[in-house]
Amino acid sequence: MNKYETVFILTPVLSDDQMKETVEKFKKVLTDNGGTIENEENWGLRKLAYPIENKNTGFYTLVEFEGEPTIVDKLETAFRRDEKVIRFLTFRLDKYAAEYAIKRRAVRKAKQEERAAAEAAEKEAPVVAEAPAEAPETEEA
Amino acid sequence: MAQEQMRPNNQGEIRYLTPLSVDTRKKKYCRFKRSGIKYIDYKDPEFLKKFLNEQGKILPRRITGTSLKFQRRVAKAVKRARHLALLPYVTDLMK
Repeated sequence: MNKYETVFILTPVLSDDQMKETVEKFKKVLTDNGGTIENEENWGLRKLAYPIENKNTGFYTLVEFEGEPTIVDKLETAFRRDEKVIRFLTFRLDKYAAEYAIKRRAVRKAKQEERAAAEAAEKEAPVVAEAPAEAPETEEA
Repeated sequence: MAQEQMRPNNQGEIRYLTPLSVDTRKKKYCRFKRSGIKYIDYKDPEFLKKFLNEQGKILPRRITGTSLKFQRRVAKAVKRARHLALLPYVTDLMK
């Protein structure tokens, strides 16, 4: 039972539900073949460093899973068959990579919570912003 | 005719026109060994950019000072990032 992580890029032409459905399809391929999905991240629409199939953006998705080595072949044939996937990379996690992945997940979750909290804070206190704004600054300085 | 005194053993003091300014170089060190990083993540382009020059080419060890073991890992991570279009193969003024 090895740990793997795979990153794949979907063409930006898809609508949101199409995109979700293809991601679900690949996750089903994994679970059908006895793999367990540990983590799934959606980096969303990102600019590519160079045009692939003359497109400049793509939906990045990361899936971390655990399973038998044979599962990777099935996953990759599924990737090759589906023309919505323009690029994919599967990577076996060794000891240090697995540790790093767990740490990275925690950091990402913390950042997301922070961002969510910041957004929530902005929403709640748009009116009262002036008064307390000065107070904290003086303390820091 | 100033006879250049060439002593057999090469401790002969050789006078240079301009004083050697490069001899006091700071010792290079492998940043991975020093900071204990064990795994270089190919999904993090910002970190990998430190090892690329403006054209996006991988910097040699003699400049970055990384050890052979980690230089290979950096190269592999950069090539994976390039495959995933996180880093360009060739560009100008990337930083």
